[in-house]
Amino acid sequence: MSAEPILSVSGLSVRFSKPRPLAHQLLGHPRQEVRALNGIDLAVARGETLGIVGESGCGKSTLARCLAGLVTPTEGEIRFRGERLADLRGKDRRAYNRRVQLIFQDPYSSLNPRMTVGDMLSEALTVHRMRSGSGVDERIGELFELVRLPQDARDKYPHEFSGGQRQRIAIARALAVEPECLIADELVSALDVSVQAQVVNLMLDLQDRLGLTVLFVAHDLRLVRHVSHRVAVIYLGSVVEIGPSETVFSAPRHPYSQALLAAAPTLEVKEGRKTPALSGELPSPLAIPPGCPFHIRCPYAAERCRREKPALLPHGGGLAACHFAEEIAAGTQPVRKAEPQPA
Amino acid sequence: MTTLDRIAPARPNRLSGFAARALKRPAFLAGFAILGASLLLALFPAAIAPYDPLAFDMTAIQQGPSLAHPFGTDGFGRDVLSRVIWAYRVDMQMAFFATVFAMLIGLTTGALVGFYGGIADAIFGRVVDAVITFPFLVLVIAIVAVLGPGLVNMYVAITAVNWVYYARLTRAEIMAQKAQDYAAAARVLGYSDARIIFRHLLPNAISPVIVYWMTDMALAILLGSSLGYLGLGAQPPAAEWGVLIAEGRNFIMTAWWISLMPGIAIVVTGLGFSLLGDSLADLLRPKGR
Repeated sequence: MSAEPILSVSGLSVRFSKPRPLAHQLLGHPRQEVRALNGIDLAVARGETLGIVGESGCGKSTLARCLAGLVTPTEGEIRFRGERLADLRGKDRRAYNRRVQLIFQDPYSSLNPRMTVGDMLSEALTVHRMRSGSGVDERIGELFELVRLPQDARDKYPHEFSGGQRQRIAIARALAVEPECLIADELVSALDVSVQAQVVNLMLDLQDRLGLTVLFVAHDLRLVRHVSHRVAVIYLGSVVEIGPSETVFSAPRHPYSQALLAAAPTLEVKEGRKTPALSGELPSPLAIPPGCPFHIRCPYAAERCRREKPALLPHGGGLAACHFAEEIAAGTQPVRKAEPQPA
Repeated sequence: MTTLDRIAPARPNRLSGFAARALKRPAFLAGFAILGASLLLALFPAAIAPYDPLAFDMTAIQQGPSLAHPFGTDGFGRDVLSRVIWAYRVDMQMAFFATVFAMLIGLTTGALVGFYGGIADAIFGRVVDAVITFPFLVLVIAIVAVLGPGLVNMYVAITAVNWVYYARLTRAEIMAQKAQDYAAAARVLGYSDARIIFRHLLPNAISPVIVYWMTDMALAILLGSSLGYLGLGAQPPAAEWGVLIAEGRNFIMTAWWISLMPGIAIVVTGLGFSLLGDSLADLLRPKGR
């Protein structure tokens, strides 16, 4: 992307240390750490939608929460318009929170059950002094129109709404503070399929009208393909491939992206698989394998993958972190024999 | 997209909804009626009581229940019914003042400790351990013994011990609420800690505390009466149920009504608080999710 990034992340790592019982501390067992994110580098341009995909437990939500300032990174930095998030204090920090909003996955727990929708919105508007006096009421009306909620929603409580409506209330609340960047963490995965499209299209529409930058975190590949300009594939807390949406989806370079796409259900009848399916489970983030984190499950893994962690390098139209990206694309990398699964 | 979802039919008024549900519960109605009557007796004892609770009548000593004295008379010829009615004033006050400060202190401490955690929480945990190690009554009696007997000292003593229970309850509720996404959403919206704690978390955490408070008021009456009985609470000749029971102690075989009647008043009032507390627990539970 040629434009100056609005939000950028470099070397972002998050580790949660697991509490140890006293006995283990006395016996000198090492502290166990969950390595949720391992050196993420990303940059998002203004007005762009960056899709972030990966399996459950790969660190997508942690990344979203880091960007929203809910989780403090262990290493690395987040910059918004060139300013380091970690340096912001007090008023500036609140201003960051106003400009970068997070929409949560579960609209059933992200709305305060004891506040009316009108109270929620007017609180957001008044705390940040977005409007005052009668402007608040006017603006609430506009927000309802924006997210297509009826005006009488104002005096109702969240439990009186359906899941899709609740998610639109959450969007209205985020938009109330006029953010520049929206992070949507599994925006629609808690919703019925029939409502998903509605909410996603609303989001895209709003993005166009308001010029929002969107980070779309999801596990639904079709959805991400539909909404994103660029896509980042995350595996065990690292970006394994990033590139323009069409490139990543039509010609994935990293074997993990290929497997992920091959595993996605489609309506088309296929003549057998071209890519070998993934074997094994996602390794525990407590013990991330050395070398390429994917080598245990990778059908193309070679000796080098066990020793050396591949860097994110340009391949095709985007970047991929694989030693054999070119060979795999050319079809010259030998497929390893499936190891017998231990019973 | 022109979808306008159907919205649940508008409810006319939230309060009327709550009242309508409350009125369908016999337990709520019974508790409400008992406490309403108790409150009336506490507010207007002079208008309701047939006799002066302190007036001696040497012509009517230790008379059993009769039309003139429905609850009988005591050793000085004082009307037991009037004394029980005047005691409502003291005992209802006790129920309120012995608990309300404990609740407010506990609510604030519990909310702060539950929200911030860390060292404050660790220290709080040890304080709780230290307080609950002692039996409640023993600790309160020890504090009253140091401060000296009397109602105000009794309030101080009970509050000094009781706030811990409220704080523990509030802390647990706040911690549960803090883990909800709406708390995270409030942080993402850049709200101050005070706003998040008191405007977002506390309203969601307060119901169990209110319910516990109701039950605790019943316990406070029992505790206050016990202390009154032991001579550490309200002082004679003031009419207080525990004091009244203690006065009848020596005549329990010959003039049972002197002790029994205030005992019944304690039971009925305690029942009123419990019924109200239990039905409030159901009514305050948020609907949906």
